[in-house]
Amino acid sequence: MYQPKGMEYDVIVVGAGHAGIEAALAAAKMGKVVLLLTLNLDNVALLPCNPSIGGPAKANLVREIDALGGQMAKTIDQTLMQIRMLNTSKGPAVQALRSQLDRKLYQRYMKQVLENTPNLYLKEGVVTDLIVKDDTVLGVKVGPREVRGKTVILATGTYLRSVIHIGEETYQLAPQGQCPANEMGKALEKYLPLVRFKTGTPARVNLRSLDFSKMTIQPGDENIGGFSFETKELNIKQVPCWLTYTNEETHQIIRNNLHRAALYSGQITGPGPRYCPSIEAKVVQFPDRTGHQVFVEPEGWNTSEGYLSGLATSLPVDVQIQFLRTIPGLENVEVMRAGYAIEYDCFDPRLLNTYLQVKSIKGLFSAGQINGSSGYEEAAGQGLIAGINAALYVDGKDLFTIDRSQAYLGVLIDDLVIKGTNEPYRIMTSRAEYRLFLRADNADQRLTPLGYKLGLISQERYDKFQEKWANIEGEIERLENVKLRSNQATNEILQKLGTTEIRHGITLAELLRRPEIGYQDLAHLDELPDLPPEVIKEVEISIKYKGYLKKQEEAIARFRKTENLKLPVIDYKQVKGLSREAVEKLSEQQPITLGQASRISGVSPADISVLLVYIEQMKKVQEK
Amino acid sequence: MYNDTIAAIATPLGEGGIGIVRLSGPDALKIGDQVFRAKQNKKLKNLPTYTLAYGKIIDRDQKVVDEVIAAVMLKPKSYTGEDVVELQCHGGIVVIQKILDLVLSYGARLAEPGEFTKRAFLNGRIDLSQAEAVIDVIRSKTELSLDLAVQQLEGSLSNRIQEMREKLYDIIVRIEASIDFPEDDIPDVEYSEMKEILADIHQDITRLLATADSGKVLREGLKTVITGKPNVGKSSLLNRLLNENRALVTDIPGTTRDVIEEVLNLQGIPLRLLDTAGIRESDDLVEQMGVERAIQLIDEADLVLHVLDASSELTEDDFSLLEKTAKKQRVLIVNKIDLPEKWSIDVLPQDAKIVKTSLVRDSLDPVIDTIIGLIKSGYVQQKQEGAIITRSRHKQLLSLALADLEQAQETLSNNLPVDLIAIGLQGALEHLGEITGETVRDNMIDRIFEQFCIGK
Repeated sequence: MYQPKGMEYDVIVVGAGHAGIEAALAAAKMGKVVLLLTLNLDNVALLPCNPSIGGPAKANLVREIDALGGQMAKTIDQTLMQIRMLNTSKGPAVQALRSQLDRKLYQRYMKQVLENTPNLYLKEGVVTDLIVKDDTVLGVKVGPREVRGKTVILATGTYLRSVIHIGEETYQLAPQGQCPANEMGKALEKYLPLVRFKTGTPARVNLRSLDFSKMTIQPGDENIGGFSFETKELNIKQVPCWLTYTNEETHQIIRNNLHRAALYSGQITGPGPRYCPSIEAKVVQFPDRTGHQVFVEPEGWNTSEGYLSGLATSLPVDVQIQFLRTIPGLENVEVMRAGYAIEYDCFDPRLLNTYLQVKSIKGLFSAGQINGSSGYEEAAGQGLIAGINAALYVDGKDLFTIDRSQAYLGVLIDDLVIKGTNEPYRIMTSRAEYRLFLRADNADQRLTPLGYKLGLISQERYDKFQEKWANIEGEIERLENVKLRSNQATNEILQKLGTTEIRHGITLAELLRRPEIGYQDLAHLDELPDLPPEVIKEVEISIKYKGYLKKQEEAIARFRKTENLKLPVIDYKQVKGLSREAVEKLSEQQPITLGQASRISGVSPADISVLLVYIEQMKKVQEK
Repeated sequence: MYNDTIAAIATPLGEGGIGIVRLSGPDALKIGDQVFRAKQNKKLKNLPTYTLAYGKIIDRDQKVVDEVIAAVMLKPKSYTGEDVVELQCHGGIVVIQKILDLVLSYGARLAEPGEFTKRAFLNGRIDLSQAEAVIDVIRSKTELSLDLAVQQLEGSLSNRIQEMREKLYDIIVRIEASIDFPEDDIPDVEYSEMKEILADIHQDITRLLATADSGKVLREGLKTVITGKPNVGKSSLLNRLLNENRALVTDIPGTTRDVIEEVLNLQGIPLRLLDTAGIRESDDLVEQMGVERAIQLIDEADLVLHVLDASSELTEDDFSLLEKTAKKQRVLIVNKIDLPEKWSIDVLPQDAKIVKTSLVRDSLDPVIDTIIGLIKSGYVQQKQEGAIITRSRHKQLLSLALADLEQAQETLSNNLPVDLIAIGLQGALEHLGEITGETVRDNMIDRIFEQFCIGK
């Protein structure tokens, strides 16, 4: 079943979650024969936490995946129930789409995409071990069966020896009552050190038991487009979410029962994510807050199950029901599934390089939560990079990497593999140095040419992309050259537009740079070409924020100077003048570029100077 | 290989009669021509390699800073392999510092430790066997921590920087939290409030930068007061300290008539000696100035040198003065031990730093060692208001921080989105962080989680 005679796999992907899916699809599109193994075929592309994708930085990741030719954005656009634009007034770079999804529909859609992809074999099977010989991976074991492949991508999510905690009760289970991958967890320990992380989710409730009249409605936004660059229109009638709040009574119940919460009783030791704390952690850490938000999110078109965002918990079921019923609108709540905390094995991501390749085992890659990240978007992004690199590895080509100035994908991977993480890692816009440049709207400009080169973007899409950017550049140039004369007629129009009059001639671009003027306002002064909204948006951003963008580009140019300097293979112990800590860290982490080396903690600017001199010295020796 | 031009003072500070400011890089000649006016109006860029020109350094107000000799060495046959200009001046530290500041203001970047040598090596001007020496240079100057005493002096500067950083952090963390967690009930930062806070920080930076103006740098230093009863040897101490150590500035206009400040460099530590003017001949501080003035001077001091006379009995005056100086970091200098001693040092407080000497006969070394020892012990600290910028690096970073802050202020007053304001604020925070050696990004994220309840 797994390896019919004559079948040779280039890539074996373990796990069909968000990381595994993107990995398998990318490798298959790049012409590789791919086996995608999942514990349970009915749980492909599971969204075990929020039925929601997007938000600041996360939405940018989804756009970047799309710009490179990944799948996530397209599936979202086909299966969402609500879409909103967040941060609309905070700046062009931090506006973010957020979607509510029909969980089952999302899974079914993804499964079908996988099934319909040539070269991709989706099969159910429990992987129990790797086959490793001479520090090279040769395949995986599915129980007693050996499956051979040239590369293996681990995308095991939270399933490695996972334990679920509901108050005092613990179960050796994975999300949604599934079986954990216990043997695989144990097996991996033979090759690599593992650490233990935790995360958690809130209870799921029957929406029919709620009183929405006591909550605030949160409708979606219309006409804001979708996640994928290829989505033209979303034809759905959106459903709302609802907002309510906890109160002192809720908090008192939680406080009274803290000793029964797995997180506080000592039952759980692994660190949890700070950005996604349990309700008990919020009550303990912010005792002055008299209320915490609760978002009620629907889980699908054909179900009454709902998700209580903001109320992740490790308290026992009876306490969960008790505190939930103190919340306005939830007085008669029917809990369908209890909230739980989950602990699982993962890698210290510093075991990897920026290609998401395990440094100590040839042919082995890993992506997603096993790398210490959290979030569907973070997982999918890593999956895409791992899939691309496994394919390139099979072909013996140079591997693919994206740096911090190119994409959030680069920030995510660089943070993980260079700095490591001591909590499940979440992407944030504040983690990016060049935020203004890493916008959701220009992800195609940043990455689509790369995706095209890799073979992940079709010719047709690439042509459209080029046309779009030619239009943008053409219109920018035009606006910079069309002059507006200072005369009475012009100034009357300017006055009507609520902006100051002009005394000398100025260009349309200069006028557009005024905060109160938008592109469409120019129609009163000039005949504007008929351009699609995505082109207009880009023109506006490029002109309005020109000064800021230019400064950021200069900073990026400085950054790239060291970032692009590739390090040869160096025995750091032989480099005189390096501090001991630097020798230790550099030997351990084996950075690929000088820029990466400079970001390793314990490596000082002086160490970088020493390295630069050493590299030059080596070059000169070789020349002689 | 490099596209920026670096500059630094190439001679040890405070030593030697000639000071050299060295420029290296593609703009060395251009920057040189901006600050240098040759006698015959010759331009440096027109000079052949390895020639000297005599002329003046002119500041931005067209005032003459110093007379100098400019040396031009063109690439590739210069020390660094790049275009190099050296400005040799004979002024003191103040002047050379001013020249350096001037070339930095025209776009040169302050060289990192060993950077000239590093460039020389990378441009093939130094052979392989010297590579290790290059590394030593890089190492020695950065790894050896600054002299502890100097660090102490800079303690107050880093306190001030830290205060500004806290103000900046406070506002940035609020902005970043509201951007990254828009659904988490985090209030937006009001522009009017932001305006006030930024104006406040702007004032802080501007004030600190003002202290960097020449002269002041050196006029500051540890406020040191020499005190004691009449005729115990105060002026002998002052004169010997001044004569045997390089007095950096001997005449400072604008100081009050009755107090003379002398700044001397004691093993690299600037001491600002306060002495009373016009009464030096009478040497009678307590009588002439009155007890109040004496107390005031002592109160203002960071360090007190209290001179006592071993050859005459201690009096009420001595004891009352001893009581007053006890509150300060002080060195008790028991003078005139070449004469018969009339009292034993056992009567002095046990824990005091005491040196017995004859200021007319003995070497001054024990006195200086005791002073330096006391300073290095870390107890002597400059008062808060004495925060000053002593290094060009700090000045440059502060100026960059100020420019970023001003960009944020402009963005703010144009009512542009908060994300764009954040760019300037983060830049300012990063530049301030470079002064104290702290990184921004991880700190910022930690602070977001400490301050706000996140977790939809």
